Amino acid sequence: MGERQDTGHTGNGGWQNLVPVTGSFRTIEEHSPPPSSSAIWVAIAAICMSFAAFTSALIVRQGASNDWRHITLPSILYVSTLLLIASSGTLEVARRRIAAYMAGMQSQAASAQVWLYFTLGLGLLFVGAQYMAWLQLRSEGLYLATNPNSSFFYVFTALHALHVMGGLAGLTRVLRKLSKGILRRSTLNATTYYWHFMGVLWVYLFVLLWMRI
Amino acid sequence: MHEVSAAPAAHHGPPTTFIRKHVFSTDHKVIGIQYYHLALVAVVTGMVLSWLMRIHLGWANAAIPGLQTISPNGAPGGVMTPEYYLQLMTMHATIMVFFVLTTAPFAAFGNYFLPIQTGAEDMPFPHFNMMSFWVTLTAFLVLITAFFVSDGPPLAGWTAYAPLSAIGKEAGPGQGTGQVIWATALAIFCVGQLLGALNFISTVLDMRCKGMTLSRLPVTAWAWFITSCMGLTAFAVLMPACILLILDHVAGTSFFIASGLVINDQLIPHSGGSTLLWQHLFWFFGHPEVYIAIVPGMGIVTHVLITNMRRPMVSMKAILYSMWALAFLSYMVYGHHMFVSGMNPFSSLAFSFPTLMITIPSTVVVLIWIGSLYGSKLRINTASLFALGFISMFVSGGVSGFFLAQPSIDIMLHATYFVVGHFHMVMGVAAMFGIFSGTYFWFPKMYGRMMDEKLGKIHFWLTFVGTYCIFMPFHYLGWAGNVRRYAAFTDDFLKPLIPLHQFITIAALFTGAVQLIFLYNFIVSRFRGAPATANPWEGTSLEWIMPSPPPWNNFGGKDPVVYHDADQFGVKTASGADYIMQNSPEQAISGADGD
Amino acid sequence: MGKLLAVTIIVIAILSAIPVVMHTWEPPADISTHGHLIDNQMADTMIEAGVSFLAAQILLAIFIWQFSSPSKDGKLKIFPGGAKGLVGAAIVLVGVEALALGAFGTKAWATVYFTPPAADALTVQAQAGQFAFYFRYPGPDGKFGPLHPELINEGNQNLFGLDPEHDVASRDDIVTAELAIPVNKEVHLLMHAKDVSHSFYVPALRVHQDFVPGLDVSLHFTATQIGKYEIVCSQLCGLGHYNMRAYLEVMSQQDYDDWLKKQAAAQ
Repeated sequence: MGERQDTGHTGNGGWQNLVPVTGSFRTIEEHSPPPSSSAIWVAIAAICMSFAAFTSALIVRQGASNDWRHITLPSILYVSTLLLIASSGTLEVARRRIAAYMAGMQSQAASAQVWLYFTLGLGLLFVGAQYMAWLQLRSEGLYLATNPNSSFFYVFTALHALHVMGGLAGLTRVLRKLSKGILRRSTLNATTYYWHFMGVLWVYLFVLLWMRI
Repeated sequence: MHEVSAAPAAHHGPPTTFIRKHVFSTDHKVIGIQYYHLALVAVVTGMVLSWLMRIHLGWANAAIPGLQTISPNGAPGGVMTPEYYLQLMTMHATIMVFFVLTTAPFAAFGNYFLPIQTGAEDMPFPHFNMMSFWVTLTAFLVLITAFFVSDGPPLAGWTAYAPLSAIGKEAGPGQGTGQVIWATALAIFCVGQLLGALNFISTVLDMRCKGMTLSRLPVTAWAWFITSCMGLTAFAVLMPACILLILDHVAGTSFFIASGLVINDQLIPHSGGSTLLWQHLFWFFGHPEVYIAIVPGMGIVTHVLITNMRRPMVSMKAILYSMWALAFLSYMVYGHHMFVSGMNPFSSLAFSFPTLMITIPSTVVVLIWIGSLYGSKLRINTASLFALGFISMFVSGGVSGFFLAQPSIDIMLHATYFVVGHFHMVMGVAAMFGIFSGTYFWFPKMYGRMMDEKLGKIHFWLTFVGTYCIFMPFHYLGWAGNVRRYAAFTDDFLKPLIPLHQFITIAALFTGAVQLIFLYNFIVSRFRGAPATANPWEGTSLEWIMPSPPPWNNFGGKDPVVYHDADQFGVKTASGADYIMQNSPEQAISGADGD
Repeated sequence: MGKLLAVTIIVIAILSAIPVVMHTWEPPADISTHGHLIDNQMADTMIEAGVSFLAAQILLAIFIWQFSSPSKDGKLKIFPGGAKGLVGAAIVLVGVEALALGAFGTKAWATVYFTPPAADALTVQAQAGQFAFYFRYPGPDGKFGPLHPELINEGNQNLFGLDPEHDVASRDDIVTAELAIPVNKEVHLLMHAKDVSHSFYVPALRVHQDFVPGLDVSLHFTATQIGKYEIVCSQLCGLGHYNMRAYLEVMSQQDYDDWLKKQAAAQ
């Protein structure tokens, strides 16, 4: 696997190193994990908090008044869910191909790239399917302000889709770097965790919308 | 083997152009200074707004010279209208809380010194860092545009309670465009803060140099880390709240607007929303926010005091655990802002108990500070004066919390000047003293010159006495029932309190003028201050090993190696010094002096 | 200069305490049946807060005084008891006290919020709107007519949005601009917000409660002294917030009955 080159920039084992003070010099890990490994979890934590806030807003709003009007979720949402889950699958295949390429077991990155393109494509289809879900709601006369259910539906799906688009940008960046041969493992990992998180988040939102909206 | 590039993000050559050096810089030190300058502009703006407010409160019918030119609608003939008072008040609070108290102690000093204190060359994501400043600046500029729209800024206070803040312009002047601008500015601010928190947390977890275990981090680094964790979770809730508020304004939704509301005989075309939902979302953010404002200051005060007492704190662990406890508990207490809000009264009791419990870590920190002074070799300079002043102010501001934490007493004190006195003491004074202490302490490092000590001491004395004269009387006013956010005092039971308001106004104007001494000192010392050595205060942490000011790459391309924590003060050394720097392999001889 | 700081801190602490000890600025005298519980709670808390405040400031000042000058033997000393003592003091002296205060204070809170109104309480509805309070009495039928917000018309003085034509119960409702109540009689106040959040604050009566748009909240209290007291709005509601007030008139039963008759005639 690609080892980090020693550039004189050392670390100390990351957050797991909780050694207490003795005043003596301690020998510790020469290389720290790349910062993006903790950074992506920080970002995911923040996004979770935001959607938690929206969830609590939904729950409180539902209980505040008797104007809650259940809507049937557009059936295309089942399709978009499958698309997004599938894209996580294709991303994992892509990752393994990249690993094989980096270990020298493959001469070209082309097959890894194909699977990355699949992921990107499925992601784009997901966003497209979400848009079609909106069109369907609109055809039923359900707009953003029609009732609180529709409001939350649009807010949740729009914000999630926006974050997915951020993930698409990340995937594009990975593709470009891979084709130029400058892809770092940390970049790939961070983008992957984010993308899988988009899927997990969507499953959560889907269940929430199905149960409450 | 197909290699991938492993160059760490931080390695880059020195910036050469003016733009890269001073404007769009990825250097955390430049970004820190940019944040500091933003906070300076913000604090002057916020202070001027407070002067206008105070003059009006003391003399409600007075014509303020020049005010009519600035706002013919807000002050016809120079006499402030009640709505203009509320608009100025809203902007004063918003600017101070976000662009001064969150920006200076955390974003400014944190950006500058956190990477240095962890022994890093820069933050792990310098471009995100640069973005975080420019996004924050954008938020400030967007907020300021509210002054220039036709109806002016919102008047709903920095707390922007719905439905006043959600209905739109029917609810009052500034409640249309102004309120939307306000919510947008705050949402942008949240993005900036999240980008910043990302960098801070990653720096502490992953960028520490060799030997810098977590427990060897200086207390200020911990304070910034804890604050970033709070910021991450708190601002991630404010943004959704602002988004929903904006939607209620522009998209016709009814998240916060209930049914059947009537203004000017017109039925408001929204229904079903929850008034209290806004309060829950806002205060879930709002309470951690005030701890975000104070925890860096606590870190700075601890750091400054250790250096100036020439001894470590009696227990640094107690201080650190207390800061974590404050951060943790801060999420459980937010309902104390809502005791009489119509929330379930059982919930009020439930929120009251963690609020009372939060007195424990606050008291631990204060007692450890005071106890550590005992038997120390306290050096008096401007930085340590402000740090000691912080302790006094934090005690004064904190004890009023005993009253406000109890719902039964809150019946009398809610929404009175007692609350205003409480939060101004802790935020408007103590947190400011933390900023001043850090400024006087770190200015030599940042600019390579010493600030003038005489002017600094004058600044301290006049500000210390002045702020007590302003904010202690607020508590008396509140005790007597003086309701807050009143543009004028026309109630029979309030009229006798006006003379005390006038006293406060005079103290406020005087203390405000005194800050010019600080501004003068801050600006002129950059050019005429005595040249500073690398370690003028004989500190131990890594910022003192580098030249003043530091080179673009902090440690000259060679990461330091750390052997000690930052508390090696009051030790016996072979060289005769009473301290050992973190990167010195030297060991203390037979432990701390006098132990 | 350390000594000067020490003296200044002590002087400021003492000067701050003087108005408190001298009761220079006090809440208005209590005219309620439950207020003494709140007042006692405030007094007890003031003792704890005052002692903590003075002790901390004085200790801070003493240590600054002593240790800002070089010590005779040049040695550092540790506070007796060390961290354990200090943390222990924080927990016991402050934390336990604070929690105890909170525990005792629940009685005052419970008296206001966890007791139901008396069966024979006088029920009055208060409506808060930008920028006035109005009150509605149910009249002889003892029933409030339903509210129709779309009918609110200040020009016609239909302040509550009543429809006496179609709602029988509204016909005898009495709408007033002041809240008159008989002394020593429990009042059950139903609170309705017309537009935005407001608050009902009567310091003398020791009551304080927000009006919440969309939520029915209520208060009950008994006034023990005849007189005229200000009801002020304490929740920022717009430009007229500072001027939004009404009067609570506590009257003898006879005077109250006369007043109510007069108001009914004027509807």
